[in-house]
Amino acid sequence: MDRRLIVEHIPRLRRYARALVGDRYVADDLVQDTLERAWNKFYLWRPGSDLRAWLFTIMHNVFVNQARRRRYEIEQAMDELPAVAVRATQGEQLELQDVDRVLRSLSVEQREVVLLVAVEQLTYEEVSCALDIPIGTVMSRLSRARERMRQLLGGQAVTPLKVVK
Amino acid sequence: MKPVTEAELHTYIDGALSEGARAEVEAWLTSHPEDAERLRAYAEQNALLRSLYNPVLDEPVPTALLAVRPHAWRRYAGAAAIFALGIGLGWAVRGMFIAPQILPVSLARLAATAHVVYSPEVRHPVEVPAGEEEHLVSWLSKRLGTNLKAPKLAPLGYELVGGRLLSGPQGPVAHFMYQDGRGQRLTLYVSRQRGEPRDTAFRFSQEDRVSVFYWVDGNFGYALSGEIRREQLLNVAEVVYKQLNP
Repeated sequence: MDRRLIVEHIPRLRRYARALVGDRYVADDLVQDTLERAWNKFYLWRPGSDLRAWLFTIMHNVFVNQARRRRYEIEQAMDELPAVAVRATQGEQLELQDVDRVLRSLSVEQREVVLLVAVEQLTYEEVSCALDIPIGTVMSRLSRARERMRQLLGGQAVTPLKVVK
Repeated sequence: MKPVTEAELHTYIDGALSEGARAEVEAWLTSHPEDAERLRAYAEQNALLRSLYNPVLDEPVPTALLAVRPHAWRRYAGAAAIFALGIGLGWAVRGMFIAPQILPVSLARLAATAHVVYSPEVRHPVEVPAGEEEHLVSWLSKRLGTNLKAPKLAPLGYELVGGRLLSGPQGPVAHFMYQDGRGQRLTLYVSRQRGEPRDTAFRFSQEDRVSVFYWVDGNFGYALSGEIRREQLLNVAEVVYKQLNP
């Protein structure tokens, strides 16, 4: 048994948490809570099984429970993007900001799936296990999330950016 | 041409298709430009999301995160924790049915009582001393009807003092005693459990000054007791658990 195994995964847990909740400090709090839980439950992890997927499962559970219990500041699914000021600068930086903003407009359920697939590069089966949802649900959430992001980003790419004063 | 499913399109983007299936999707895309455009956008999303968040990997990890140690789980006490634990357990032991179960507190209580009674003993702390470990283990194994082991805790600073047979509500109990260089004693209480074989998570109980970690593994309940801090005791309990479940 070696707890250093978990330490190696901290950077990836931080990446996922950051993408999931946005704010750096809220994200690190989520990582901390996840690690505490993981340390305490580490004997439940079976050597040979995928530790990273197990840690994502724990993070998902902690996140969902926090959301439920504390009414954490998690954006719920929104039908429309809120009006957000977009500076009329050009280039990749702007595009990345847009991606982040569009990501936040997804429901938490869709965001989890798209991040685990796109950023963490888990297989669909691993996502299904980590989130405890059927694989068909993984696929439908992924499909809806990607299409929504495409429409929101695509619209901006074609038409000039709207500057909100 | 056989229509390509939406799932196949996504699997294609995420690089998880077999070569044959990939060729089929590519053939499909040449004749379906709208799908091709859509997939190009999805692939770009992947790339953008990665370039947005991969830099987090290069940030130094805050020391607060490296310093996390087991102790804060009480914050999650309650139904939410049991729910999460259930999922965690389900993941950890896929294929085995394990529901979060409420252990009889009496296991911790009985173990703590035995600890308090025997660990202060100077002249007769055990019935069979560690020098006769082989005899001790085979004797207790025979009485409990299983193959017991006395965990090796010397790497943690605890040497076996010996053991004894106790009487518990379910019959015979094996009781092992350990001691560190300063005379601090730990005891491991092993008893048969009533009912169907099952497994539980570690549970912690504070019985006055005695800390107890206890769990059920199959037909047997285990409880490790000591008058040491919970974190330290947890370390020992994890080693005990690992040695009993290699």
